[in-house]
Amino acid sequence: MRYAETGYNLEIDLSRGNIERVETDPRLTELHLGGLGTNAKILWDRVTPEVDPFSPDNLLIFSAGLLTGTPAPGANRTIVSTISPQTNLMAYSMMGGFFAPELKHAGYDKVIIRGQSPDLVYLWIHNDKVEIRDASHLKGMGTNETADLIRQELKEPNAHVASIGLAGENRVFYASIEQGRSSCSRLGVGGVMGSKRLKAIAVRGTKDVNIARSAEFMEQCNEVLKYIQVRGENPLGMVPPILAGLGSPQEMRIHDEEWHTTNFAWGNARHRRKDFWTEEVETKWTESSENARQRFLSCYNCPMSCGASVAYPGIPKYMMKCYSKLTYTMASMTDLDFGFRINSKAQAYGVDGFTTPQTIAFALELYEAGILTDEDMPGMPSDPEGRFFWLLERIVRREGIGDILADGTYWAAKKIGKGAEAYAHNNIKKHEQLPLKLGMMNPVYFLMYCTGEKINITQIEGQFPQAPFPTKESREEFVKDWIHVPAEKFKQYFLDWELRGENSNPYYPTVEASCEIVDWMEQMHYIDDAVGMCAGLGSFPLKPAYHLHNYPTVISSATGIDMDEVGLKQAAKRNRTLIRAFNVRRGLTRDDERPPEDHWRKRFPELEATLLDEYYKFKGWNNQGIPTRESLHELGMDYVSKDLEQRGILNDES
Amino acid sequence: MKVKKKVKTIKIDVDKCNGCRACEVICASFHAAPKYSSNNPARARIRLIRDPIRDVFVPVYAGEYTASECMGRDKYVIDGKEYDECGFCRASCPSRDVFKEPDSGLPLKCDMCEDDPSLKEPMCVQWCLAEALTYEEREEEVEEEVTLGDMELGLKSLVDKHGLQQLVDSVARMSQKG
Repeated sequence: MRYAETGYNLEIDLSRGNIERVETDPRLTELHLGGLGTNAKILWDRVTPEVDPFSPDNLLIFSAGLLTGTPAPGANRTIVSTISPQTNLMAYSMMGGFFAPELKHAGYDKVIIRGQSPDLVYLWIHNDKVEIRDASHLKGMGTNETADLIRQELKEPNAHVASIGLAGENRVFYASIEQGRSSCSRLGVGGVMGSKRLKAIAVRGTKDVNIARSAEFMEQCNEVLKYIQVRGENPLGMVPPILAGLGSPQEMRIHDEEWHTTNFAWGNARHRRKDFWTEEVETKWTESSENARQRFLSCYNCPMSCGASVAYPGIPKYMMKCYSKLTYTMASMTDLDFGFRINSKAQAYGVDGFTTPQTIAFALELYEAGILTDEDMPGMPSDPEGRFFWLLERIVRREGIGDILADGTYWAAKKIGKGAEAYAHNNIKKHEQLPLKLGMMNPVYFLMYCTGEKINITQIEGQFPQAPFPTKESREEFVKDWIHVPAEKFKQYFLDWELRGENSNPYYPTVEASCEIVDWMEQMHYIDDAVGMCAGLGSFPLKPAYHLHNYPTVISSATGIDMDEVGLKQAAKRNRTLIRAFNVRRGLTRDDERPPEDHWRKRFPELEATLLDEYYKFKGWNNQGIPTRESLHELGMDYVSKDLEQRGILNDES
Repeated sequence: MKVKKKVKTIKIDVDKCNGCRACEVICASFHAAPKYSSNNPARARIRLIRDPIRDVFVPVYAGEYTASECMGRDKYVIDGKEYDECGFCRASCPSRDVFKEPDSGLPLKCDMCEDDPSLKEPMCVQWCLAEALTYEEREEEVEEEVTLGDMELGLKSLVDKHGLQQLVDSVARMSQKG
């Protein structure tokens, strides 16, 4: 019997209309855990570097995590992996909600989609019955509407549906896959789904997920629940309220947005408004939020409620994800009300809440600068809100200028020319970043920005505070119950880290300490992404419910796989290294690994080069960021070095 | 004669429910055999009727099995919000597929997590950190019921169907025939 996992994947070939249920190799679970890890293995084996993101040969994998569908609180993530149309590298976008547990109960760990359907279709998975069904009547339909209609026509109110909107159908490079209050938004996975002419996947399952050592496992689950409760009653001091608890930042609950609105840049990642947050704004925004919010919402089997349903007068109801309420508001330099209004449309069309507002703000900057003119924007309204709506409509339809903007700021700037490139200033590896522009370079963040394979800071940061605490007492207080650290020395790194003086950014944490801190933070994300745990209970918040010391027992008692801390770290490293190798094979180089030029005002080229050199070494990569033969061998992946050698990527000098 | 009876109540505050379905998860796992050896919300004895867009969040506990569905159905509208047909009904009934074992179709019924040693509260309540589910217990004095034996139960249903006189006549006729 297989425990925690089902042991079966569903292979769908949309070109031929073929459906197969394939048993998986349990050894791969031991090596890669599941979720992102086994997705990466499948992509490595089956998607060669020549494959274009929109080619029928690209795979689109919907995976549950290893613990998804077990009673482990928060283990509900769906990990979607494919090649990103925007970066041409591996995209792995994740969502919470209810889809992945339902897939597990239907009897599958993954749905692997290949080929391209001649007509728009949707997939219906109901336990052993799997059908490819006509979706021509759903063409152009909004994401929530699609889900509702599918549930109605299947007469399955309990089916969970992941769907794309107009943006996905039109292959927008930052189209999302939406599912209720959750979505896979980043890196254009919705565009790949659209290229396969797959409108939606609906799933309903009524089978068991088995637990290997149930008493031990339930003890862990109950401990986690207890800890979540205690943390809920005792928010951390010394950090902004929005970062003080577990879960995603509680955007629908906490109205104190001083930290986001004064630290993050407005417009096209341009202006800091340090004086923005006033009592007047706070009153007004609190009122807006309270009026819009209908109910806090949780994902499957998670006591946190990071989302909320929004009933804003005059617009269709929808469900808000954590930060989107501010991305449109701040990019458009308008008000929170606008954020609530435009999100309803943006989610129905299915677009990424980070890239979309930035791309629109970028277009408006180009317009102000005269690089785009009235000829490019015929009939565009004159007010900022009207302009945002107008451009959104064109992007999702790829109409006129929208066709160019639908590729994101990097590619759009290249097409537009006339100096537009300088305005696409907030990208790493062609992907739009959080709108943050700061003063002093932070060595830990430098490494994360450069090397994160997800290319998104929130998907690598988390365990170590973002900034030093001002007093020694507060630091000592913080480390008291900091049991989550991999080793005692991490506490010392934090205790010694000061706002100013010798032990401050950029030279402290030291190069060596920075490597260790980044590695730890990244490791936590790789574990979460393999087991399907929400980052909100693991890798993202300070002092999380799941950490390096309880994870081995949680995983081994659920799965029956022998797992200690060393083994867990090794599996996480294996997955991380495999994704690096995959991206290197697709052309990723050291030259791509840099933050936006203007991310920090104060830069230190020599220190930055040393940081990267040492971090690569720490990770077992050569100075070009390519995993070495030795490290691949140690991880049991000689097949990877052989492949890289055959392609001339690893050679005698490297 | 009066006797004491323990009344167990789960108070359901639908306004506090965030729709996570932890109640279903822990119920299904607790009732798995062996205990906690598997999870499958389709086997849960509590089901969350959940529709976020309509703001419908109603945890419903499995009640009695019924062989036939009601002659009609009900649909509640409360504070302007329309709930599903039979949305508050606890029956395991042929009209719908909830509260049935997915493999056998046999009915499920909430047993308040009867266990030895007994739990301080049912598992769904323990796992509902949103406090949408709270447990209350009280003692009531009730008249001691006269319990009927198997044969009496059978006869009672015949009386219900045909009337006492007809039954007496039939028994008399049968006994004469020997």
